Amino acid sequence: MSDSNGPVGLSRRELLSKSAAVCASLVVGSSFVASSTAVWAMETNSLSPTAMATLIQMARDIYPHDKIGDEYYAKAVKGYDNADMKGNIEAGIASLDAAAQGRGYANYLAVGWEQERVAILRDMERSPFFQQIRGGLVTGLYNQKEVWPIFGYEGSSFEKGGYINRGFNDINWI
Amino acid sequence: MAAKYDLNDDSVVVIIGTGAGGGVLANELAQKGVSVVALEAGGRHLPKDYINDEWTSFGQLAWTDMRTTSGDWRVSKDFSNLPSWIVKAVGGSTTHWAGASLRFQEHEFRTKTVYGNVPGANLLDWPITLADLAPYYDRAEKKLGVTRTNGIPGLPGNNNYKVFEAGAKKLGYKEVHTGRMAINSKPYDDRNSCQQVGFCFQGCKYGAKWSSAYSDIPKGEATGKLEVRTNAHVIKIEHNNLGEVNGVVYMDEQGRPQRQSARAVCVAGNSLESPRLLLNSASNLFPDGLANSSGQVGRNYMRHMTASVYGIFDKPVRMWRGTTMAGIISDESKHDPSRGFVGGYEMETLSLGIPFMAAFLNPGAWGREFTTALDSYENMAGMWLVGEDMPQETNRVTVNHDVKDQYGMPVANVHFDDHPNDIAMRNHAWKQGTAVYEAVGATRTMPTPPYPSTHNLGTNRMSANPRDGVVNKWGQAHDVKNLFISDGSQFTTGAAENPTLTIVSLAIRQAEYIADQMSRQAI
Repeated sequence: MSDSNGPVGLSRRELLSKSAAVCASLVVGSSFVASSTAVWAMETNSLSPTAMATLIQMARDIYPHDKIGDEYYAKAVKGYDNADMKGNIEAGIASLDAAAQGRGYANYLAVGWEQERVAILRDMERSPFFQQIRGGLVTGLYNQKEVWPIFGYEGSSFEKGGYINRGFNDINWI
Repeated sequence: MAAKYDLNDDSVVVIIGTGAGGGVLANELAQKGVSVVALEAGGRHLPKDYINDEWTSFGQLAWTDMRTTSGDWRVSKDFSNLPSWIVKAVGGSTTHWAGASLRFQEHEFRTKTVYGNVPGANLLDWPITLADLAPYYDRAEKKLGVTRTNGIPGLPGNNNYKVFEAGAKKLGYKEVHTGRMAINSKPYDDRNSCQQVGFCFQGCKYGAKWSSAYSDIPKGEATGKLEVRTNAHVIKIEHNNLGEVNGVVYMDEQGRPQRQSARAVCVAGNSLESPRLLLNSASNLFPDGLANSSGQVGRNYMRHMTASVYGIFDKPVRMWRGTTMAGIISDESKHDPSRGFVGGYEMETLSLGIPFMAAFLNPGAWGREFTTALDSYENMAGMWLVGEDMPQETNRVTVNHDVKDQYGMPVANVHFDDHPNDIAMRNHAWKQGTAVYEAVGATRTMPTPPYPSTHNLGTNRMSANPRDGVVNKWGQAHDVKNLFISDGSQFTTGAAENPTLTIVSLAIRQAEYIADQMSRQAI
């Protein structure tokens, strides 16, 4: 990976020097959240970078796909990063962090095992905050065309003439 | 050239809706020289406009006006304002239907006689028999170009079908094939043959699947007798002081109210909107809703017993490639009460893309139990299970006076509770569907709950006795001689089969009756 300018206008080295790790895969800076390898970064507007990192982790814990990078989860929750949503989202994250503190952790992001984070989410799965985030992910995550190939899904086929000559009946093991 | 009629022209037959019922009726009447105004709530979208993308297409075509729900069905919990997935566009739900074109079985026209007393079910024999409808089934199959009829070959099986067929044969099922489909296996009626695109539910971009949008409607318009008005949303049917209907009020494209005079009115807005319109047309003469002296308008709502099974294998299937409904097992469609329920069900392949699979595989589910299933999407095969559900008087469409649509009209509330027979049939179907995939080595199977209803039936049902239903054997309202119901809401019972072929057959038959009644000056 070269040191070209990233999405927040910083080189990879600059970005890493201006950020701190919040969990295994994410770092945050003054106004951005990025992957710990700095292959992607996202600026935040209304939400704090730590709040955005918490949402990204929560999104992954709700719909964990090990082959899907944080970047796609980040895109799926980016819509909450605005002044209108900020109050509700911060209150929801505060409740997540409080639940983590009740289990002896500094905050939700400090809970190391997915299983424990999921236990926290199970306890709050009927809350409007959880349902808002989960419901939004159904389209926010799975309707990103960029993630479809990760599942093998090929999307639109009309412009390629359908599958009549491209394997509609190519199964060879049945 | 398409016709153009004056709003005050009271010689026209007004048809509300342009789908399998209304679209076919409009063309059939126009062919007979009858003047027709068809009012379509949605816009006109043709194959070049259809989109191979599930959610974008949904936004383009689906009926998303507000509705409310109640009852113990899971759709009410997961999709409380989307009880039904139907289309608001010229062609109605023939735009997104899968194309399965099956005749009802003889006994399915007389279920009260054959099934006997089923507690809680409001069963009734149809006032017509299979023999009455058979000549119209013949004509409907020719119109639609149904495969495996009239010498038209079946479609080739895709990957999803091959898995399904192999499992079915291992289980000993005998009636297994690639279906009777209104999808061209070779060019027919100026429509292309199927290119195995795989987005049948999003509108066929090749026009290989029959739809009234690009078959019956343009043929009707070419007669010079049919005018289709799009974005014309009917809100009320009006009548004279004799109790005969004489016009409809609709909101036009600009949101302005218009009134079209009519000699007769045919309602074909699908089984949620059709009863809603009759109920919203209540008047001093018809205080409980138009044509509702029986109290049956909106009642006996049926949606078919539905469910799905998805199977995951250790190797790729790629079920999304090719025809969505690519084959059928009919062995379970018979009436065999030894299985613990009356009526039967069909098993039909189905696939969803990743976006819809995420939404419908197990709505509300999350965590690895859910996501590991999607991780195996490429190795998944899928089938839909569709069977006869029991009509119940309490399953009904009512108007919700607390919630109004964009025109200020009360919306439809859809109440549905599963009947014990529906539950017993669904459990049997899940077990058999699972067995089909396990027979060919599925490593995981997922019994999947019903989707929002695509088969909405029965809310203005046919009956021999006016006390028991809304319309007679011609779909003519018992109470109002120049008012007709022309969609699946006239079904007395639902049968196991996908309803479109029967809706089309009834529309062809009804057109003959209406033209005859007009020529006799009876209406």
